[in-house]
Amino acid sequence: MFIVEMQSITKRFGDLLANDHVNFELRKGEIHALLGENGAGKTTLMRVLYGLYHPDSGVIKVKDRPVVIHSPKDAIQLGIGMVTQHFALVPPLTVAENVVLGYQNSFVLNQAQIEESVAEAARRFGVEINPKAIVRHLSVGQRQRVEILKALYRNAEILILDEPTAVLIPQEVEALFETLNHLKQEGLSVVFISHKLHEVTQITDRITVLRDGRVVGTVNTTEVTQKEVAAMMVGRETFGVSRIDTDTSDPKPVLEIIDLCANDDKNLPVLKNISFAVSEGEILGIAGVGGNGQKELAETICGVRRPTAGKVLVEGQDVTGKSPSDLTRAGLGRIPEDRHEGMVIHLTVTENLVLEHLDEFTRNGMLDHKAIRQYADDLIQKFQIKAKPNDITRTLSGGNMQKVLLARVLARNPKVIIAPQPTRGLDIGATDYVRQQLLEQRQRGAAILLISEDLDEILALSDRIAVMYEGEIVGTLPASEATPERLGLLMSGAVKEH
Amino acid sequence: MEVFIVNLIAATFRVSTPIVLAAIGETYSERAGILNLGIEGIMYFGAFVGFLIADKSGSLWVGLLFAILAGVLFGLLMGFFTVTLGVNQHVSGLGITLLLSGLTLFMFRLFYGGRSTPPSIPSFQVIKVLPDNPILGPILSQYWLTYVTFLVIVPLAWWILYRTNFGLKIRSVGENPEAVDAAGVSVPAIRYAALGIGGGLMAAGGAFLSLFQLGAFTHGIISGRGWVAIAIVIFGNWQPIRVMLGGLIFGGTFALQLRLQAMGLQLPVPYETFLALPYIVTIIALVIAGRNASYPAALLKPYRRE
Ligand SMILES: Nc1ncnc2c1ncn2[C@@H]1O[C@H](COP(=O)(O)OP(=O)(O)OP(=O)(O)O)[C@@H](O)[C@H]1O
Ligand SMILES: [Mg+2]
Repeated sequence: MFIVEMQSITKRFGDLLANDHVNFELRKGEIHALLGENGAGKTTLMRVLYGLYHPDSGVIKVKDRPVVIHSPKDAIQLGIGMVTQHFALVPPLTVAENVVLGYQNSFVLNQAQIEESVAEAARRFGVEINPKAIVRHLSVGQRQRVEILKALYRNAEILILDEPTAVLIPQEVEALFETLNHLKQEGLSVVFISHKLHEVTQITDRITVLRDGRVVGTVNTTEVTQKEVAAMMVGRETFGVSRIDTDTSDPKPVLEIIDLCANDDKNLPVLKNISFAVSEGEILGIAGVGGNGQKELAETICGVRRPTAGKVLVEGQDVTGKSPSDLTRAGLGRIPEDRHEGMVIHLTVTENLVLEHLDEFTRNGMLDHKAIRQYADDLIQKFQIKAKPNDITRTLSGGNMQKVLLARVLARNPKVIIAPQPTRGLDIGATDYVRQQLLEQRQRGAAILLISEDLDEILALSDRIAVMYEGEIVGTLPASEATPERLGLLMSGAVKEH
Repeated sequence: MEVFIVNLIAATFRVSTPIVLAAIGETYSERAGILNLGIEGIMYFGAFVGFLIADKSGSLWVGLLFAILAGVLFGLLMGFFTVTLGVNQHVSGLGITLLLSGLTLFMFRLFYGGRSTPPSIPSFQVIKVLPDNPILGPILSQYWLTYVTFLVIVPLAWWILYRTNFGLKIRSVGENPEAVDAAGVSVPAIRYAALGIGGGLMAAGGAFLSLFQLGAFTHGIISGRGWVAIAIVIFGNWQPIRVMLGGLIFGGTFALQLRLQAMGLQLPVPYETFLALPYIVTIIALVIAGRNASYPAALLKPYRRE
């Protein structure tokens, strides 16, 4: 009846208890959600099941047989497949090469044969993908399909998906759910980790909630509400932030974008004459389906991507084409979209906190370690970062990494804040925290550009909302007039409002 | 003029052989994500061990075999430092080069101390193919290892990297070791294998100088060829065939430079300028090619699960 039983699993990292006597049972043919705040231990538990971590104690049974899983190789042999939070693909290789990697016994690699067999598997499992495509050229959604196919190709009967929807656009999520439901009919058992409660209630059969490394409980999805699940996760029922309407009768534009154009990595136009202004104490939300130029917009404003035309002004001063460090000095703060790119994950929390302004902690050409330590301690306390100053950033949970980034940017009191996808991958508690911080910055008088694919987030925070579609702003609405329906129409490109 | 060019081409292949061997060895290592700066030391040690064993055993073949074994061994030692212990790759590589330079000098003293002239042995002889053809004759009269290098080792490296599952794993481990690990393949095993093969080839490159070209061992026998090989790997964009072309360009300028010197041209520049020529060409080639270089993404990065 249970295809996997994990009994009393304990896993420590140093003196941190990531999993504390966790019991977890997966039924055959079910989709089972694993929920919990950032750092609750979800990924750790699944990495134990996949042989990437070794538990300090506990028993794992697969199909009623006790097993010891030393490495992913053992896990694969037991029919377990895992799609990790950060994809484990080799970008320069083809889809077929990625899928067969490590799963062929022959010495010779026959391209035609592997492409054929991968195409065959894709058909059989209903996963749409071109085996000859180079992974580097694939969209995130397609890459995920490669990962899933990789697991299924290895005859996985148990599929672990670690936050599979965090990086997907709504259409891709729908496609994924269709695939999962189809595979479930065929008898596949799925562990589904996500922070999005509406997805969990839509797709899963049962839910197990972790908090601080311990199991809070396992429930049938049909028998609980989203509110109840949220309460299990964080121990409180109310969520959300509230924005106080401020009346700025005489708004002073701080960030002005004038006819900005830019090209994407393939040198095709991706921003087409973008113009808008963000005033002091205002949040301008940029809504839109992912991939319509939002990422490039943030990059261009922040000096990472070169504009082909147009201007960026901060307080009337032309900063077009300036380097990111010049922009920081001009008062622009950027919360990087990809947490792993925004930080040096092999350095400590302290080092990451001071990284961008080491010059201020330099005395006579030497780093002033005492001052650095003091500064880091202050920020860790102020931003409630659950980490010690000397922890290596790589080992932090997603929420705490984001707090480090926020602390680094916000501690400078920037005049302009660019926040692309600031809560992606964060649990509800951390999400509230980040949103609250942005609102406080707005109260302080910062001009904030919020770029988000999450309409709820846009609606909860923005004073005005602009919608991007295919590299253009297709409409700008004051928050009071914006409804999800109206925004949805704009986002789909069906109408334009100027 | 014709004779000049024919001889130049013949010399190009000869001069390129040790560089191409070492560069292909380095290609294996770097494709697996490990920059092996031990290359210079391993070539040096290979040249010496090959010579020593050949001298003592009386067999050039045995000498070459031991040189290669020594290379494999120190390639694996590089693996122990960087893969197992996770030591910084620059430090480990330079450490191995320093260690082997010292060890070679020490052993040289031990076995040949006190001699004023460098010891020498009868070396491998060139194979003559079509000796009567005025053009192909000189070009094709090469050492057997030159033939093996260009006709077997280079194409084989290409074939292994791109047409075998082992090669797929090497390329993957140099790009994204997490992916290889998650696919159930041992990252250390692949890296050790690549480093072992690489070390063997580097040592063979060194032994080519002592057992084929010179029939002797001198202290300056490698004189930076290992570092040149590293540059050539970048120039060749980590692809065996292009790496070979890079080796030939270097070898060609080197051979040309030798001939220009020998011609005793009265030029208003000191003769050291000629000596520097191949290195200058390497640097220029590197600057041009290096801008589009697509480094193996995981190069220099140690891999740890926890
Ligand atoms: N390799 C590691 N070394 C040290 N600590 C680690 C390591 N991996 C995870 N941790 C710690 O273990 C705890 C649980 O982490 P885990 O990644 O399992 O959380 P999670 O529930 O998956 O969170 P998220 O929702 O952010 O992905 C965290 O406090 C994290 O910092
Ligand atoms: Mg996780």
